[in-house]
Amino acid sequence: MSVLQVSDIKKKFGKNEVLKGISFNLEKGEVLSVIGASGSGKTTLLRCLNFLETADEGTISVNGEKIFDGKNSKRKNDAELRKDRLHFGLVFQDFNLFPQYTVFKNVTLAPTLLKTDTEENINKKALALIKRVGLIEKKDAFPCELSGGQKQRVAIARALCMNPDILCFDEPTSALDPELTGEVLNVIRGLKTGDSTMIVVTHEMGFAREVSDKIIYMADGVIEEQGSPEDIFENPKSEKLKNFLSKSLENQIKED
Amino acid sequence: MGTSLADVTLYLGQGFLTSLKLFSLTLVMALPLGLLFSVLSMSKVKIVKAVMKVIIWAIRGTPLMLQIFVVFYGPGLMGWHTPEGYRFNAALIAFVINYACYFSEIYRGGIESIPRGQYEAGQVLGMTKKQIFFKVVLLQVIKRIVPPMSNEIITLVKDTSLANTIGIAEIIFNGRKYSKMAGLVWPLFYTGVFYLVFVGILTLIFNYLEKKLSYFEV
Repeated sequence: MSVLQVSDIKKKFGKNEVLKGISFNLEKGEVLSVIGASGSGKTTLLRCLNFLETADEGTISVNGEKIFDGKNSKRKNDAELRKDRLHFGLVFQDFNLFPQYTVFKNVTLAPTLLKTDTEENINKKALALIKRVGLIEKKDAFPCELSGGQKQRVAIARALCMNPDILCFDEPTSALDPELTGEVLNVIRGLKTGDSTMIVVTHEMGFAREVSDKIIYMADGVIEEQGSPEDIFENPKSEKLKNFLSKSLENQIKED
Repeated sequence: MGTSLADVTLYLGQGFLTSLKLFSLTLVMALPLGLLFSVLSMSKVKIVKAVMKVIIWAIRGTPLMLQIFVVFYGPGLMGWHTPEGYRFNAALIAFVINYACYFSEIYRGGIESIPRGQYEAGQVLGMTKKQIFFKVVLLQVIKRIVPPMSNEIITLVKDTSLANTIGIAEIIFNGRKYSKMAGLVWPLFYTGVFYLVFVGILTLIFNYLEKKLSYFEV
């Protein structure tokens, strides 16, 4: 059974139809990368999965349980919505760490408030996660004392501490200086071996190719093409994808 | 009545106690009332928001002195009997409403300046709205509003002198009275020292608060 089944998700902002029917499945432990030009709807898709936006139509099922149905989305109260949300974790493009708390407190705040476990276990887990992202010596530092890459690694630990079934990344390296992207990508790579199911919205084509089990190419609110990294990068079928890949290759060369 | 420094200090000090009473009662009431005003002025109910905006516009758009007159003389003009001791309460009402409006705009600015990402980070971690406000947003808002609030509170100290226009025996009132009686100017000028000392103490407190909150950046 797929850990995530997304079926025919549609979303409009006013007259602007951003998602025009998105469907895909994700198996446990798989890494899915979502690529596409700016404005293709990638971020909106992630926000719908995390219920920061409410999709107009479609269904979302996690572990076989339908947690969202566009037909009766308004019936859920705040508590139910929060419970559904916990199936997903989200790492933001601009980190959104809580500036007044230390690294450790950033990671432990939500689990402690929601009492997901005993305080001792939460603290132990948080320390293990902070270690895993390589920041144990920074555990008492405040966000303003960290580099962008370090902040993003803390954000990853914070999301993981809530035990999401699926961890989503919204362009996790786009707000970073080029020399800092590597450390964040390495942490995400490390999670792949840890059996985490992940959805990564990214502009890092090399990374997507290397780390993904499956890639979705989005254009104008639809999935234009999907498949294995080999399918997408070596045998692109649609003209749009071919154009997109050659353009991002050009940009890559310019940057290098 | 003596004219030694000690005598003058004592006499002015009594007036300053009245100033301080007006100051502290205004502060205690306007701080929470301002919060209520700011919540109303951000209300999703359009009519509530509009009414609040008009009130804030009217209060900020007219002199506090005029507002004191309206509250003090207004009821009498409408034929209502005002109780004994209304004089001080009239000033207090005008001050509280006036300062609540200014505070509410500072609160609103502080709350609206917190990036949406802070709320969203709390949401995706499963936190309740209440937890997000109290555990994530509030301290950041406080840090942002300490400097403008300090300014406003220091202004309030000096604005209490406006109460002398309806005959409240605050320090300027006493200073003028004394100068007239004794035929001396310096006691009136000397009132400034009281303000300076008190504002000095407040400044130290606000600096301490700002320093206390300087361990993080918003």
